Amino acid sequence: MIDEMYIRGVQVNYYFVCKTKLWLFSHNVGMENESDAVKLGKLIHRSVFDRDEKEIRIGPIAIDAVRKGDVVEIREVKKSRAFEKASYYQLLYYLYYLSKLGIRAVGKLSYPKQRKNVEVILDESSAREMESVLDDIPRVVNGEMPRPVYKKHCRKCAYFEFCFT
Amino acid sequence: MRRKNFYIVSDGKLKRKENTIYFENEEGRRPIPISAIYAIYALGSLTVTSKALSYLAKEGVCVHFFNRYGFYEGSFYPRESLVSGEVVVRQAEHYLDRDKRLYLAKAFVEGSIMNMARVLRKNGEDDTEVISALQALSEAEKIDEVMGAEAIARNAYYSKFDTILKNMKFERRSRQPPENEANAMISFGNSLLYSAVLSEIYHTQLHPAISFLHEPLERRFSLALDIAELFKPVIVDRLVFNLVNRKVVTESDFDDRFNGVLLNENGRKKFVKAFNERLEKTVKHRKLKRNVSYQRLIRLECYKLVKHILNAEKYRPFVMWW
Ligand code: SF4
Repeated sequence: MIDEMYIRGVQVNYYFVCKTKLWLFSHNVGMENESDAVKLGKLIHRSVFDRDEKEIRIGPIAIDAVRKGDVVEIREVKKSRAFEKASYYQLLYYLYYLSKLGIRAVGKLSYPKQRKNVEVILDESSAREMESVLDDIPRVVNGEMPRPVYKKHCRKCAYFEFCFT
Repeated sequence: MRRKNFYIVSDGKLKRKENTIYFENEEGRRPIPISAIYAIYALGSLTVTSKALSYLAKEGVCVHFFNRYGFYEGSFYPRESLVSGEVVVRQAEHYLDRDKRLYLAKAFVEGSIMNMARVLRKNGEDDTEVISALQALSEAEKIDEVMGAEAIARNAYYSKFDTILKNMKFERRSRQPPENEANAMISFGNSLLYSAVLSEIYHTQLHPAISFLHEPLERRFSLALDIAELFKPVIVDRLVFNLVNRKVVTESDFDDRFNGVLLNENGRKKFVKAFNERLEKTVKHRKLKRNVSYQRLIRLECYKLVKHILNAEKYRPFVMWW
């Protein structure tokens, strides 16, 4: 199997959110308390998806998928569009991953609170982009812990006190 | 719900029933929802059922045991949920490498000296002698020289206690057993603090037995001893001054039947209450720009250590800034 199979979706996400977070998460330096944001995310997830969805788990990733004809549609539900880019690549990664297993899939990011859906398609150029990200993640993870750099969303991050004390 | 520390001063039993822990004795049964418990301090004679214990373990609740004289006996330190191989390996490296260990040991003592000086100044006392121990500290090349510098500072620091304390004598630091009331309180306070530090370490990836100032071979989780040094003057000593000078704790709160002086049950009750109020008291953190409790300051110290051993940011000890 290819190496990137051992990269988890959330790592792709953190790669775009914050390299420090990616590094800490990848070295099991987690913060124990789930922030309320995480809990809210789960709640939305449950209320939207409870009935017709299935979680599938392949290797390091777990995704919600529905079959639509001969393609699989995978969906990610988000509470806000703050990290749209990170969510986009995380979903793209799932598509990429499934394509390696010979499964054709399309993606949809949905924002129930904003009543908005974003389509995610894996094509040649987005696949190439994905590959360069997947090459770069191990480089970040295997290096030294990247120094925290203050960003707007740091105050809401579970690592805020860790990073900035 | 914010989790709280529970101090169980009377004798009794801890049981589990569904999602609740019950404290039970002849006076009745008191429910404590598991999600409300941060740590438990067992100060009376406490029996814990195995069901209760495994539930507390699952929820990551540390239980600290003290004997009926208020001496620390040991802690129930559940299997850790936050484990990072990377952190433990590097923590060990900082112990094994002579220079790296010396750096951290000196940092703890430096912080401890600075905090002793702060406490003296806050009480209107001269801190020059305490501060001058920093010279010996900077020249120290071995751990026992670091310890030596700490001892110089501590002696100078303690020599001021009799002028600060209004209604009680201190004379000198005496431990086992404490020779007077003030010493009894300091000893008790230090063991509570040690337990509080240990609870904070538990909630990080740090290994509690790998320490830098104290030898890891000691009987206790020695990293908690290292970190506690920084906070003893700030949390325990100031609390003792306060309780004595405001006459909250008086001679009737002690027992001197056991060749030595100890807080009696009533005294311990008053003390733990005031101790916990201290832990929950908040100060505005200058870097985080938010209010943090004294207890949280201990956690932040752990985070700083983690960042230091991960080479992300050099450790600088906590020094009281208010
Ligand atoms: S607090 Fe900021 S710098 Fe630290 S991990 Fe979170 S996002 Fe990154």
